[in-house]
Amino acid sequence: MKLTNLIIWFRQKPRIAFFMCLPLIIMVACLIIYPFFYSIFLATLNKSETKFVGLANFLFLFKRETFWLVVQQSIFFALVAVFFKALIGFIAAHSINEIPSKGQRKWRGMLLIPWVIPPALSTLGWWWLFEPTYSALNWILAKFSLESIPWLSETFWARFSIILVNIWVGAPFFLIMYLAALKSIPEDLYEAASIDGANYWQKLFFITLPMMKNIISITILFSIIVTFANFDIVRVLTRGGPIDTTHLFATYAFRVGIESGDIPLGAAVSLFMFPVLAVLSFIILRNVKRRSNEV
Amino acid sequence: MVNKIGRRKFIKTVGIAGATTIVAPYIKTATSAGKLSLGIWDHWIPGANDVLENIILSWGEKNGVEIKVDFITSIGNKLLLTAQAESRAKTGHDVFSMPTWYCSMFKHRLEPIDQVVEDIISKHGKLLDSAEFYAHLDGHWRAAPAPTGSFFDSMVSRFDLFKEHADIDLKEIFPANENRNTELINNWTYDTFLLAAEKLYNAGKPFGATIGATPDSRWLSALFTSYGAELVNKDGEVTVDSDAVKEVLEYLKKLTQFMPDSVYAWDDSSNNRWIISGAGSAIFNPASAWAVAKRDNPDIAKKLWHHDVPRGPKGRFRPDNSQFWGIWDFAENKSAAKDLLRYISERDVIDACVKASQGYDIPLIVSHFKNNKTWVDASPPDGVLYNYPMRGDEVPVAPGYPAPPEIASQITTQYIISNLVARITAKDHSIKKAIRWAENELEGAMRG
Repeated sequence: MKLTNLIIWFRQKPRIAFFMCLPLIIMVACLIIYPFFYSIFLATLNKSETKFVGLANFLFLFKRETFWLVVQQSIFFALVAVFFKALIGFIAAHSINEIPSKGQRKWRGMLLIPWVIPPALSTLGWWWLFEPTYSALNWILAKFSLESIPWLSETFWARFSIILVNIWVGAPFFLIMYLAALKSIPEDLYEAASIDGANYWQKLFFITLPMMKNIISITILFSIIVTFANFDIVRVLTRGGPIDTTHLFATYAFRVGIESGDIPLGAAVSLFMFPVLAVLSFIILRNVKRRSNEV
Repeated sequence: MVNKIGRRKFIKTVGIAGATTIVAPYIKTATSAGKLSLGIWDHWIPGANDVLENIILSWGEKNGVEIKVDFITSIGNKLLLTAQAESRAKTGHDVFSMPTWYCSMFKHRLEPIDQVVEDIISKHGKLLDSAEFYAHLDGHWRAAPAPTGSFFDSMVSRFDLFKEHADIDLKEIFPANENRNTELINNWTYDTFLLAAEKLYNAGKPFGATIGATPDSRWLSALFTSYGAELVNKDGEVTVDSDAVKEVLEYLKKLTQFMPDSVYAWDDSSNNRWIISGAGSAIFNPASAWAVAKRDNPDIAKKLWHHDVPRGPKGRFRPDNSQFWGIWDFAENKSAAKDLLRYISERDVIDACVKASQGYDIPLIVSHFKNNKTWVDASPPDGVLYNYPMRGDEVPVAPGYPAPPEIASQITTQYIISNLVARITAKDHSIKKAIRWAENELEGAMRG
């Protein structure tokens, strides 16, 4: 009798849902929640991890010239890269959406390739193109009697290179999200607008963009968070150089925490953007929710 | 026609010869028994790992110790990441490779082994001064000399190009025998080198060395020491704003004019490719560039010569990259680990490892690199490695010296010297502004 009750208890929908989610919850707890709180704990210790120092590590960072350079670079990198990823993704999604559905699949597949290759691997390919001394791109430029470009050894070009690769890797994510959003817009709206004499741009600004607002907000938020946390592209291409001018939070945290053995300071660097991104997430998600409720 | 020795044949010969003859005279102590696991730096030179593993396993067999050796690459910082993970988790290998600053970085997790190192010194003689700087911390030896992985950055130059374009006969100044001409040696200064660098640059074969955030930039630290330029003195005071620092920076402003612009983005392998491809005339490097050139571009290998670095106003200092083996304080078999550390300092073990590394490894025990035939016999060209171990008035120097090791490690791992130099030579910062930046960074390096 007891066993039957237990089976009934297990068979209730909320419980089934909970147990099906349990592996994921355990994974998130072990790999995200615990490390997050542990890094907060580490960031409050002294270098040898023997003494609680409160916010001293953060205050220490505020006095470091290189750290502020990293802050500026991370913001610049994230904003520029996300802007171009969104723009290119939007244009590409529109272009693919215009192709007859029969031919769309192969284009979707091809354009997703940069996103599905592990970034560390594809960045290595880019590194061969940019290699400081034997760059393949410079070899092509030389064939046309053009000056070689210091892709990785000069600040401007090094920043250009890491942003370019980030856009190359990340734009397909926007493409696929925007394409899905475009396909969910009812065709009736466009037909009605056409009858009213709306041109392409009017349809874009008064139908497409308002209907895609939520998905644009969420993809941009997600991409900003991921781009701020980027590590592999910079690590493989420039290791933060030249002269620390391509360091991002993650690569600088690695330099300070792992390479220099100052784990608490590294933890402080990696946590620095958390409050800013948390507030940004809150605002964007609140707006998304508000718009959803309005609809 | 070049006679090639196959990898298998090489390993077999050296491994069997090394392992069987070396183990025989070792006397087993009462403390060696049980299991022992080792996390060892993965050697660049093919075959070197196998020889070392054979030696260690044979010792284990003789002494009733079940040994497991994991070779861990330093590519992508895997060795460092593993060390960080093991030191935090307080579990893992018993013995772990400790290149350069690891001893300082992990000193709180390393078993003090004063008696072991004292036994080694009393049996084999003194260690290099730089070894003491790295591993003797807070009054205790934290690690013992490793049998593999230590090296010096000698100059590796194209003697044909130096003779043709700079009128400098490197083989005459640094012959492959003991008969050095003091006058010629004394004239090999950084000023002489600057003139040669200009001529070689004009001939389209520049000198190249990284000024990027990579360990190979330690050549800059040795150059600083040659000029008496200290970022932090031995008492831990920031002394970067000094005439000596300004003088060496002025020198580097001139030298970098004759170097490729790409050096600011070079990694540790860039200088090897630079010399092996035939594009460059000189680099700072251990014997690995030559070893690879022998395989990939034998015509270039035949024209390479390892030799002393130039002398500065305060002396001639060679960049040092010592490697040690330490015992974690959480190791389960410390007594066997200590016995093994004593054993791997034996002369025969070191000789076998040096041979297996084709001369790349430099023993940290001074007596062990005297009379070693590996460097004498290496070719082509004949005598190419004779001067790879120091033969003259050079002094090995750790990057960041003379700052206390904890600070010197921060100077090195945060690449403060290469950044300081690059700010002036690549970014056109004034020396004053760059020094002010360095002062700010060095304050950060001091934190306890």
